Amino acid sequence: MGEERATLVLAEVTSSKNITGHTLELMGLGAKLAEQDQGRLRALVMGSGVGMAADELARHGAEKVYVADHPSLQSYHPELHLMVLKNLLAKEPFSILLAGHTSMAQDLLPRLAFQEGCGLVTDCVGVDMDVSSGQLLFHKPIFGGNAIASFAIKSLPRMVTVRARVGEPPEPSLSPGEIIYLEMGDPVETKMRITGRVAEERQVRLEEAPVVVSGGRGMGGPEGFQLLNQLAEVLGGAVGASRPPCDAGWVPSTSQVGITGKVVAPNLYIAVAISGASQHLSGMVESKKIVAINKDPEAYIFKVADYGLVGDWQEALPVFTSKLKECLQERG
Amino acid sequence: MELRMVVCVKQVPDPDGPPSSFQVNQETKRVTPQGIPPVISPFDENALEAALRIKEAVGGYITLLSLGRGFSKAVFLKAMATGADRLLLVEGNSLDPQALDSWSTARLLAAAIKRDGPYQLILTGRQAADTNAGQVGLGIAQLLGIPSISLAQKVEVVEGGLRVERVLPDGYEIVESPLPALVTVSHEVGELRYPPLPAIKAARSLPQDSLRLEDLGVNLLGNLLQLTRLAPPSRERTCVLMEGESPEEAAEKLALRLLEDKVL
Ligand SMILES: Cc1cc2nc3c(=O)[nH]c(=O)nc-3n(C[C@H](O)[C@H](O)[C@H](O)COP(=O)(O)OP(=O)(O)OC[C@H]3O[C@@H](n4cnc5c(N)ncnc54)[C@H](O)[C@@H]3O)c2cc1C
Ligand SMILES: Nc1ncnc2c1ncn2[C@@H]1O[C@H](COP(=O)(O)O)[C@@H](O)[C@H]1O
Repeated sequence: MGEERATLVLAEVTSSKNITGHTLELMGLGAKLAEQDQGRLRALVMGSGVGMAADELARHGAEKVYVADHPSLQSYHPELHLMVLKNLLAKEPFSILLAGHTSMAQDLLPRLAFQEGCGLVTDCVGVDMDVSSGQLLFHKPIFGGNAIASFAIKSLPRMVTVRARVGEPPEPSLSPGEIIYLEMGDPVETKMRITGRVAEERQVRLEEAPVVVSGGRGMGGPEGFQLLNQLAEVLGGAVGASRPPCDAGWVPSTSQVGITGKVVAPNLYIAVAISGASQHLSGMVESKKIVAINKDPEAYIFKVADYGLVGDWQEALPVFTSKLKECLQERG
Repeated sequence: MELRMVVCVKQVPDPDGPPSSFQVNQETKRVTPQGIPPVISPFDENALEAALRIKEAVGGYITLLSLGRGFSKAVFLKAMATGADRLLLVEGNSLDPQALDSWSTARLLAAAIKRDGPYQLILTGRQAADTNAGQVGLGIAQLLGIPSISLAQKVEVVEGGLRVERVLPDGYEIVESPLPALVTVSHEVGELRYPPLPAIKAARSLPQDSLRLEDLGVNLLGNLLQLTRLAPPSRERTCVLMEGESPEEAAEKLALRLLEDKVL
């Protein structure tokens, strides 16, 4: 033993510079792992003007919060963010590095893992301790979600990107941790340059919506999605899709739910004219309740749904939407 | 100088197969495909399409590189026939894709690329359909010490380097990089074109090379991940089907039931 090793959470901030809900979940998970590991929980936040986020981390279980605050870190840059992590790892030993399975970490963690010669499990959907060996096991879907593999990681730190909703937010801590600003040094020349960003505005973020209404290939075209929009509006939810409607341009490609799209776990997921391919299921199967509307009674989606309606959406949806609207209005 | 490109393509069991075609053996910790053909991992096809478009725009020479065992000739011929120039296989009995982790795979591929190079542009899929890891592309670049851009939806070779549109959760960003570089490709790039039948026949006479494991000087015992358990997914639920004389009637019942059960 001797040497103290900590669990490090890689924090991410929202556009309003708070830590993300996903980061809070990682703090909860990290606290548990740190306990099993008999180590401390620490966090790293990178960005520009992230003092408030650092305070939040310090109040949510981090014994130490490392802060890399610099204008050049305002938005993610592979080389600059990698450098910060590399420098930190060179100074401090960590036993576990937890990140969200987010856009940033999907790019950053493989770079870091290969830089350091460390094993990395991506898109982890669960962690537990194997009692017989005392090893931490990281579970992840493989073969498009048709199997779940459990890996032990033989190198340190064990690196992992974790899906949303795997951990639970911790209780705020009574004594906040220490905040350490990292030395940023002189600006460096990067090989890659980010020369533009094109973003679309969304009213409700798919990943955070309490209700997601998704359409599949069977919607037949963009017109069908207008009905889904109406339904989503009635339920205060967001509209998603399986991959074919995105590929066909019926909806923006950012609407895709699945293993290579967004991973969602709302209170209610309504799948309309979606067959239930593993790659789609992988992105929504953790939803609290699942409703499937499909004209094919044999569609696999019914196997993973809580409620099913066998029928044509063109007939079912208008009635479904208006009935819900009526009842919800009555309820007020 | 001619632009030399290498596209890393992996042979996998067709991911479009139904769930029942992926048999999970918990004893041997292996997934055995049942009754589905091998294909090139879909995002690797997208990577090849990106390479073909670059070749059309600025010229170039495309090598397809694959590592594994039990290769299907037909699968690779079809891919070659879309407009690639050469096939390079690293094949060996010990190169079981289910036994190699991302670290080992990337080290072997990086070694093959280094030996076979120099290359200006390396393209991979964003993630393989079997591992779902999304590590090997960025890993190869890190090992070779070249810049890399992940999740491309568009790849262009321009004056002085590379211009890539990179997918973000709410849109995309434009990233520029000098060559040599590596790009991991997402499906937004577009589907791989279909080769005409005569081209598939003609592809037989395209150059094919192979490298042996011994040529690469990489130790196979280098896995950093240890697969300790493999289980089928537990995703099935009991579904309450809404009955009705008509879809409309069932829809009304469904609405009421969701409210009754406090789902809404
Ligand atoms: C590597 C890889 C990654 C992938 N990633 C993703 C991903 O992230 N997300 C994703 O969604 N897919 C992904 N896919 C694609 C996935 O395999 C499936 O092809 C896709 O999910 C199928 O979409 P679908 O269910 O809408 O279409 P289909 O499978 O064609 O199903 C259409 C359904 O609509 C029903 N239908 C038709 N008309 C009507 C009607 N009038 N009323 C009611 N029902 C009707 C049909 O009965 C059918 O069940 C990926 C594939 C690969 C290979
Ligand atoms: N055995 C292999 N042969 C050729 N290319 C591979 C192999 N394994 C992985 N790749 C490439 O690396 C990408 C990412 O793989 P992975 O990190 O396993 O998801 C794939 O889409 C391929 O382009």
